[in-house]
Amino acid sequence: MPREIAMWEAINEAIRQEMERDSRIIVLGEDIGKMGGAFWCTQGLLEQFGSSRVIDTPISEAGFMGMAIGAALVGLRPIVELQFVDFFGVAWDQIYNHLAKLRYMSGGQFKLPVVIRAPIGGGYGDAAQHSQVLYSIFAHIPGLKVVAPSNPYDAKGLLISSIRCDDPVVFLEHKLLYGLFYLPPGSFGEVPEEPYELPLGEARIAAEGEDITIVGAAYTAYLAEKAADRLREQGVSAEVIDLRTLVPLDKHALRKSVEKTGRLLVVDEDYLPYGLTGEVIATIAEDAEAFKALKAPPARVGNPGVPVPFSEPLEKAVLPSEDKIVKEALKLVEA
Amino acid sequence: MSRVLLSFKSYSLAEREEKLEAEVTRELALSFYRKMVLARTLEDELKRRYESFEMRGELHLGRGQEAIPAGVCELLSDRDFVSATHRCIAHAVCKGLPLDGIIAELYGRASGVCRGKGGHMHLASSSKRFLATGIVGGGIPIAAGAALAFKTLGEDSVAVAFFGDGAANQGTFHESLNLASIYRLPVVFVLEDNQYAFSTRRSESTAVESNAIRALGYSMPALEVDGNDVIAVYTAAKWAVERARRGEGPSLLDCKTYRLSPHLEIVDTEEYRPEGEKEKWEKLDPVRRLEEQAVELKLASKEDFEQIKAEARKLVEEAFQRALSSPLPAPEEAFRDIFSGE
Repeated sequence: MPREIAMWEAINEAIRQEMERDSRIIVLGEDIGKMGGAFWCTQGLLEQFGSSRVIDTPISEAGFMGMAIGAALVGLRPIVELQFVDFFGVAWDQIYNHLAKLRYMSGGQFKLPVVIRAPIGGGYGDAAQHSQVLYSIFAHIPGLKVVAPSNPYDAKGLLISSIRCDDPVVFLEHKLLYGLFYLPPGSFGEVPEEPYELPLGEARIAAEGEDITIVGAAYTAYLAEKAADRLREQGVSAEVIDLRTLVPLDKHALRKSVEKTGRLLVVDEDYLPYGLTGEVIATIAEDAEAFKALKAPPARVGNPGVPVPFSEPLEKAVLPSEDKIVKEALKLVEA
Repeated sequence: MSRVLLSFKSYSLAEREEKLEAEVTRELALSFYRKMVLARTLEDELKRRYESFEMRGELHLGRGQEAIPAGVCELLSDRDFVSATHRCIAHAVCKGLPLDGIIAELYGRASGVCRGKGGHMHLASSSKRFLATGIVGGGIPIAAGAALAFKTLGEDSVAVAFFGDGAANQGTFHESLNLASIYRLPVVFVLEDNQYAFSTRRSESTAVESNAIRALGYSMPALEVDGNDVIAVYTAAKWAVERARRGEGPSLLDCKTYRLSPHLEIVDTEEYRPEGEKEKWEKLDPVRRLEEQAVELKLASKEDFEQIKAEARKLVEEAFQRALSSPLPAPEEAFRDIFSGE
């Protein structure tokens, strides 16, 4: 029976159900046991599965990331929580030189079924070291799958698929979507109680439209959906593509949509330079049919390359918003 | 103004002698010898061929350090995990990776242990539970993780991390010792102190006189070991591996040795070594040390050594033939193995 739950509850349920199914799954990270996770997602797991499978770690990201890799090499399926994605830096060597590459460098001998879960995003005044998205950094490295859900239904299905995947997956959860009372708005929605998988590499058409394609992921997909509602009131029919996974990227869905609408607006909370927006636009530019269909140059909304500031007006100036999406979309349609 | 006199708690280190006993049979002595001679014969032949540019990339050899992988791996089975370093050829040999697969990998052939995708610094075998990494210190937490899995799964396997004195200044060394200690993991940290990180002397890079001291900060027992004495390495490793298997937790073996090879072949001019130092250590060569010990203990004779050396030459020669008859990989192979199911 579907019931309406918050995204953090969907994530918690996915982990719990998978751990019930497969005893090789362990969870490790800072404050994930007794505390149940800084953003609640691992609540109740220690009580249910015990401290040999739900392991509170010291603040030692390089160490426990490496441990997850070693555990995977000999048969476990670890889920590692980075308390904030911004902390990946101290563990980066283990992630990009080891986790991402050991399968390839061993000629396919090793499987690395590791999920790195990490909260992402700003918009609540946590400043530049706790507000980043950074998914392009992970997506840039061969060997990592990158998932960024925008709602509870997708979060549960995509997380279950990520846990069952034999490859490393970086699973990025936007803090403003968790549905925690102190981090509004939160994403709530109907989620089946039973476990289900959503394929990695299939975008979701969040809204169908004719005039413009708006692409986002995680919170920017959420914002794009809201913006599309407002655009509709102004007579603009926007198609919203929620990428769901950045690696693999659903190039087919992007091209099909742009061939239909002829206009492309890419929204990203990450830094614009060398990032997701450029990749999506290149995907269209490289495809003869999609490129020919363009009626205007593609546009993008995102952080122009500024450390996320603390004070509210400053942060708002930097991060994407519903208003900025509506404004850019109207400009593009009227061009 | 008034002066105050306060007392504080402080700590000091005390050195202690540990006595360990080991039984060395003829069979065991010859097994050590076989491993060390096989590794050296292979490396000597690789060096010869590398100098005539038969292989691509760099080549890091470990002449003079063979007693450490030979002594430790004597205690390990295929169920035990090893992470090794960029200088991993002897370790791969001692962990039982096939010679022809190792050679083929160095030649970038399709039959290489990593199908030509790893090369000499990154030898790997999932069936032998062996992994080498080119990032200094990178393999240390990975070994701790394998140990965590053994503990979780109730396997009585152990994990061994081999790494150098250079790696002991990386954060991963310190983090891994702490993690292994708090979780009481069945892991042995084997530090191969060959006294140099490329050109940088340990005494210039390391604040403590001996890295064994650092284990105390993680409530971990550590032994300083003569790394050129395979019997000493084996004896210390037996103590460490057995306590790990019994669930008594991790330990550190700080094996003192010396790299007679340059850091990497051809490129390294070794100008950083003080005059006479290498010559001094050549006299402590672990292969010759074992010959002397085995004769003294009446476990083996000169004929045994000659026979094993001849066997090793034959094994290496045959392995080269098999390896070099393997084709180069097809270019399409480059696009496989990034993800599963490809």
